Amino acid sequence: MRANDTTQYIIEVNELTKQFGTFTAVDHISFNVKRGEIFGFLGANGAGKTTAMRMLCGLSYPTSGSGTVAGFDVVKEGEKIKRHIGYMSQRFSLYDDLTVMENMELFGGIYGVKSKPLRDRATSMLERLNFLGEKDTLVGSLPLGWKQKLAFVVATIHQPDIVFLDEPTGGVDPITRRQFWEMIYEASSQSTTIFVTTHYMDEAEYCHRVSMMVDGKIKALDSPQNLKRQFEATSMDEVFRTLARGAQRGD
Amino acid sequence: MSTLKVLIKKEVLQFKRNSFLPRLVVAFPIVIMLVLPWVTTMDVRHVKVSVVDNDHSQFSQRIISKIQASEYLSLHSVSPSFELSLKSLEDGEVDAILEVPHDFEKSIATGFPKKVSISANSVNATKGSLGAQYLAQTLTGSINELRSSISPARHGDLFVIQNRYNPTLEYRNFMIPALLAILMIIITGFLPALNLVGEKEAGTIEQINVTPVNRFTFTLAKLIVYWVAGLIVITIALVVAWLVYGLTSVGNLLTIYAGAFLFILTISGFGIIASNLSSTMQQAIFFMFFFVMVFMLMSGLLTPIESMPQWAQYLTYLLPPRYFITILRSVFLKGATFYDMRFNFLALTVLAVIMNLGAALTYKKRSS
Repeated sequence: MRANDTTQYIIEVNELTKQFGTFTAVDHISFNVKRGEIFGFLGANGAGKTTAMRMLCGLSYPTSGSGTVAGFDVVKEGEKIKRHIGYMSQRFSLYDDLTVMENMELFGGIYGVKSKPLRDRATSMLERLNFLGEKDTLVGSLPLGWKQKLAFVVATIHQPDIVFLDEPTGGVDPITRRQFWEMIYEASSQSTTIFVTTHYMDEAEYCHRVSMMVDGKIKALDSPQNLKRQFEATSMDEVFRTLARGAQRGD
Repeated sequence: MSTLKVLIKKEVLQFKRNSFLPRLVVAFPIVIMLVLPWVTTMDVRHVKVSVVDNDHSQFSQRIISKIQASEYLSLHSVSPSFELSLKSLEDGEVDAILEVPHDFEKSIATGFPKKVSISANSVNATKGSLGAQYLAQTLTGSINELRSSISPARHGDLFVIQNRYNPTLEYRNFMIPALLAILMIIITGFLPALNLVGEKEAGTIEQINVTPVNRFTFTLAKLIVYWVAGLIVITIALVVAWLVYGLTSVGNLLTIYAGAFLFILTISGFGIIASNLSSTMQQAIFFMFFFVMVFMLMSGLLTPIESMPQWAQYLTYLLPPRYFITILRSVFLKGATFYDMRFNFLALTVLAVIMNLGAALTYKKRSS
């Protein structure tokens, strides 16, 4: 069920701000994400990406500003937003002491997916990843790359309108990264909107549009081609360096 | 409803797969019930007595043999001088000294008896005062016997003591019901608290918080598993009490289970509050430990509430174990009914509501 199908934008954010004491983690950011888009949310460590994403997912209250996700208000309707999104945290957070299938059944069941279609869907997703043989393996014993792919599968098992991916490919080998992006494209082709943060600038090239966050503010937002033209750069890597040079925060 | 089912399935799977918890639920009540009733005793036995016999009479012989026969007293030595006995007392070899004065037996006959002295080591106040009392009782008995042998008509025992409800004066019988309360605190208070904080530490709670799962449902699913575990534990403990100590409840077992269930609700709610306020296991453990200490020492588990100072007695009204321990002891030993215990049940219900409201209010799906 799609909420508010008439608007072009599935995420609309206006002057969203998050302060922790005197520290402004996210500083009056405004942007829109189109339905079905792969939106890259880039920035150096500590730029405020995760904080912004947590506000959009209803995990944290904004200090000020407004926004809607899937047509619901980020301040007042956090729980409604949660019905329409999937979220993959930066830190692996599936249950290590449950098996691959049990994790999928748990999270699918939470979103109210009926058990028969849930099992079919989980089986076909695992089959496509050549992973069906591991369905009864405890998640804790899987290698990192597989954990990450599984986390993505679990985040999308209920076919959400939007999936938020927080550094999904951190610490993952190049082949797995490639497979990961194939999964992202496939989800996108089924009209799921992808909101993804990454530190790999080659991945930024795969996004439809990219925003660059520096010290809590969005410094640039456009398609990778336009950004490269605008900053007279040959790669996204150069664009990033140019923008991040002035950063005060980060490690 | 179906979300709850999914979540309960998750908790049961995790519980079963834990290498520690299922064993704990079985082993814990058995070990506690086998060991603690023997050691948590306030009975004073084998008080070591040194007799200073200055009388060398039939009477002093009778006292000595009585001390030897008693299971509460044991004769350390018969010494010729008080100084020698005092030395043993100082060295810790002797707990009490009984000094029979010169010509004591004769003085009884004259009607102007001399005084027998008892000196007890009261570093351990309970042992000292009880030891002195036991000695005094033994002495009174012997003196009465001596008097009645002089003139049978005049002297008999002046009082009769009857220990109602715990006729053999077994401290065990007093402790066993209370130990059930300790078991419940640990299994249904500590464990769910640690489980919930464990999800915080592992980060899995975040993946749950980003779903539409209702916080009540999530917590309830966890608690149901521990409630069932708690009822299993109490059943095992009751069976052990019956098989090993032959102790069964005089009152209705349903009343015991009703009290247990209310207590489980209260204490698990308390555990959830502890875990909501903590972000690491360490914090939760310290938080729980502090209150468990207070529960153990102030709820009348070991020492009677009536002997506490007035202000402390008022404080005990806030402690859930107070009511549960009272219910357990009264129903178990005296056969009290639900109606007799209505005040305690009411108080536990109020505390259960408060704790669980607190648990619901302190759970935050979203950080501010």
